[in-house]
Amino acid sequence: MSMKTLRIKHSYPYVGWLLLAVALLVLAPAVLSDFRLGLLAKYCCYAIAAVGIGLAWGRGGMLVLGQGLYFGIGAYAMAMHLKLADAGPGGVPDFMALYGDAAVPGWWEPLRSGAFAVVVILVLPALVAGLLGLAVFKRRIKGAYFAILSQALAAAFAILLVGQVKTTGGANGLNNFQGFFGYALFDPANKRMLYFLAAGILLVSILAMAWLYRTRFGELLVAVRDGEERVRFLGTDPANIKLAAYVIAAVLASIGGALFVPIAGIVSPDDVGVVASIGLLAGVALGGRASLLGPAVGALLVGYAETSLSEAFPGSWSYFQGALFVLVILLLPGGLAQLLGLVSGLASRRSATETSEEAQTRVGEEVTA
Amino acid sequence: METLLAQVFTGISAGAVLLLIALGLTLTFGQMGVINMAHGEFIMAGAYTAYVVSTIVASTELSLLIALPAGFVIGGLLGLALEASVLRWMYARPLDTLLVTYGVGLVLQQVARDIFGAPAKEVPAPGWLDGSIPILGYDFPLTRLFIIVLAGLCVAALLAVLRFTALGREIRATVGNRDLAETIGISTRRTDQATFFIGSGLAGVAGVALTLLGSTGPNLGTSYIVQAFLVVVVGGIGHLKGTIVAALGIGLLQAFLAHALTGSVAQVIVFLAIVAFLQLRPQGILSVRTRSLA
Amino acid sequence: MRTKFSSRLLAASSVLALGLTATACGGAKTGDTATSESCVDTSGDTIKIGFLNSLSGTMAISETTVFKSLSMAAKEINADGGVLGKKLEIVSEDGQSEPTVFAEKATKLIQDDCVAAVFGGWTSSSRKAMLPVFEGNDALLFYPVQYEGLESSHNIFYTGATTNQQIIPALDFLKQEKKIKSIFLVGSDYVFPRTANKIIKQYAAANGIKVLGEEYQPLGSTDFGTVVDKVKAAGADAVFNTLNGDSNVAFFKEYKGKGLTASAMPVLSVSIAEEEVPGVGVGNLEGQYTAWNYYQTIDSPANKTFVTDFKAANGAKAVTSDPMEAAYTSLYLWKGMVEKADSFAVEDVIDASDGVTYDAPEGTVEVNGENHHIAKTALIGQVNSEGLIDTVWSSDKPIEPDPYLKSYDWWKN
Repeated sequence: MSMKTLRIKHSYPYVGWLLLAVALLVLAPAVLSDFRLGLLAKYCCYAIAAVGIGLAWGRGGMLVLGQGLYFGIGAYAMAMHLKLADAGPGGVPDFMALYGDAAVPGWWEPLRSGAFAVVVILVLPALVAGLLGLAVFKRRIKGAYFAILSQALAAAFAILLVGQVKTTGGANGLNNFQGFFGYALFDPANKRMLYFLAAGILLVSILAMAWLYRTRFGELLVAVRDGEERVRFLGTDPANIKLAAYVIAAVLASIGGALFVPIAGIVSPDDVGVVASIGLLAGVALGGRASLLGPAVGALLVGYAETSLSEAFPGSWSYFQGALFVLVILLLPGGLAQLLGLVSGLASRRSATETSEEAQTRVGEEVTA
Repeated sequence: METLLAQVFTGISAGAVLLLIALGLTLTFGQMGVINMAHGEFIMAGAYTAYVVSTIVASTELSLLIALPAGFVIGGLLGLALEASVLRWMYARPLDTLLVTYGVGLVLQQVARDIFGAPAKEVPAPGWLDGSIPILGYDFPLTRLFIIVLAGLCVAALLAVLRFTALGREIRATVGNRDLAETIGISTRRTDQATFFIGSGLAGVAGVALTLLGSTGPNLGTSYIVQAFLVVVVGGIGHLKGTIVAALGIGLLQAFLAHALTGSVAQVIVFLAIVAFLQLRPQGILSVRTRSLA
Repeated sequence: MRTKFSSRLLAASSVLALGLTATACGGAKTGDTATSESCVDTSGDTIKIGFLNSLSGTMAISETTVFKSLSMAAKEINADGGVLGKKLEIVSEDGQSEPTVFAEKATKLIQDDCVAAVFGGWTSSSRKAMLPVFEGNDALLFYPVQYEGLESSHNIFYTGATTNQQIIPALDFLKQEKKIKSIFLVGSDYVFPRTANKIIKQYAAANGIKVLGEEYQPLGSTDFGTVVDKVKAAGADAVFNTLNGDSNVAFFKEYKGKGLTASAMPVLSVSIAEEEVPGVGVGNLEGQYTAWNYYQTIDSPANKTFVTDFKAANGAKAVTSDPMEAAYTSLYLWKGMVEKADSFAVEDVIDASDGVTYDAPEGTVEVNGENHHIAKTALIGQVNSEGLIDTVWSSDKPIEPDPYLKSYDWWKN
């Protein structure tokens, strides 16, 4: 694929990225308590998955309703490795001794190796998404069918996990991890390290998107979204383009899930099912699905809002999340990024860039607030 | 023989439940292309209607019969309100309707929780549905038989409306070709509203029926919505007969698998079987050309 | 030009991220031991405690009532002068029925709010999710619900029943009073029913009772046609029911619909209390058995006061149930421990816990300092026509908690 790039009009996405980087890597660690920084680390994991959703949904027009499946693959692979590492060489994870036959099933064994776990986290979601995508996109199943199918898969995955108490911990999920690749998880210093890891990967994945959006692939993806048949007539198979975007989104979700495990200290079927999958979309919709920074910033904002609202008004989060979906999608389908565009459009053409920079700053500040 | 009969009956009655739930969706999703995730909450609204009616009408014998039309009207009005306030602006963006209606569903659930409280409510079944009738050595519970009959009546009524009434002709014309329908003087706006009223009203009826089987709580709808969409997709979007076949087929498959294996594994296999099935027939069991769902 | 700029930025940021990661790596390695400083503030007139219950999501049905009885206990204690002269200040958090949220909120209560103790949790998964948080931070959790046993944490007090105070007495009842020779097991597909049924199967094998079937349905499932068919076809002398929540409604409606009755094939449930009865329908449950350690109908002065006060606070229709009573009791037990220790410090409280007693609505309970459970009397009840539960059999005296079933020679984990 040719790496020919288009000249972009504004440099403000990069300014926005830098502001986000400063906010996440400098401001937040300086200002936040260990506990709040841990929460921000968790939002970063959701944001990594959101970046992938931005690619598949925002740029590719595929409503990926079942990203919990891939988030879960990454999370469970990591959790299984951490459980085995805690148990020590040849050891049996605590919950298996309790519920099962006190023997490690064969399909767990390879995950004793940390390197293999990392390979699983990166490759397994790509394989699953690749197979599913191949089947779905080549058969030209699209739109609503694809959304409902991916949702059904996330539902099936969660039910499967719940049903296998002996090998997956069932509804309890997996938790009580002592270490992360040799580092003790009770130590706040190591938790900060995990935060920097999550924030760093988030920032890198946004940059990777910035690059991807400007490649020929990125252009074709948008073209497929806006007119699949036309792309086909031009001699490119849209299925391959969509497949690639879907696979990348799956891998990003898996990475987010894998980091989520040591940070949250737990993964359960509730984190991968239908509700969790749609929850991942909320931030993307809010931030602006097709924009570069929108999905990540939106996911961080939604995470922050959920925590603070549920602390202030228990039980009210449903109203807010519901209202958010209705208002944003109905009135502002481009999300906050669209709002910024409107603001800069209202200002004079000459100062447009400045205005959006200021607005970006505000978004960056809200994240750390 | 008796177990086989039991499995077939359980499968058909599970299929009838799926059919009742999916019937409204074939109209709103299949015919109009709106992916209404709040359909589950309309079902919940129907169930709560049955509860409210049962607290007002002293006679449990009558309250179910009053609740059925009441549930239809409540569900229909909710659907009409949703269409008028939100969905009418979104017909050009069918995929986005999914998330908007999911949001509406979340709000409706919380509203129900605030009005009726979190604990489940009991809707007493009428005396004439108590017990069972033995046929060929198997006891058929009357409530399940009632739901099968109700599903059949709903299908018949819907078919009759679509086939024999002016409204039905208008709906079919609008689905077939919206622009052409408008040129011959059909108010597609009014037709959309009518379609949504009927589709959502059927959700309300399903909700009333579900009180006979399970509990009435704020989460009632969510447990059915994923399966209901699968039924419509498998049946072929916009095709009533396909939906009937799909609902019964999935119900039977689920019943036989659950008998041979466990409930959890059966659900997973059914989901995977549906994904595989759509590989073979991406357009579902039956299909017609409808407004593009891309 | 742009491409160069962005790839340079990409490279730079990768280095930055890795560098920051590396510099932050001064932390402890696995195998080191945790040292945590408590931030509990005992200098003022008040002391903070945390309530962590699901006020939203699927478990809100049950946990909201626990929250209410905890609040009532706190109000009473404050009206009575507080604990060690300090009024209780409640910090309430919503667990949202998700284990991940329970873990997060527990961390918040301990690290951010600096509470002296946390009361709450319901599902096994919520407890398992919170356990490492409380152990890692050396904090205190009081867990008020009957559970599957096989656990005893230094940092948790279990004020609900463990299996030898609920499930095993229920089996004794079925064997001695109902003279059953066979049993059918129905449960939701999660840890509690699976562990409970493991115990039941070993008990049955040792006592000559045949297990004719074992069925699990996904949590929240309402499709019980097949399960009830199997139960009916098996024709066991009794059914042992470990279904959770809404599934009970669908199960009992189906059970009655298929012509099965409490007299022909009784169902003994361990997760249906007074508050669940109206949802399932009194007509569907009348005559069926339950196993708990408390019923609203208990005839004692302590319980009469408890029930009257609860109705006064929450309306005449409000009912009281075992988990609510256990939660209410847990706050008083903590008060007793703190006063015995004359300190709010976690280790002092734990050291003082052994032998602390409280005249609870269910009767006098005593804390076992070794396994952190409490001695409780097992009560088998029968649902009556008003939807309340009458005691029909009891263990006479409080049963010492034995979470690992060490005193039962038939038990092999």
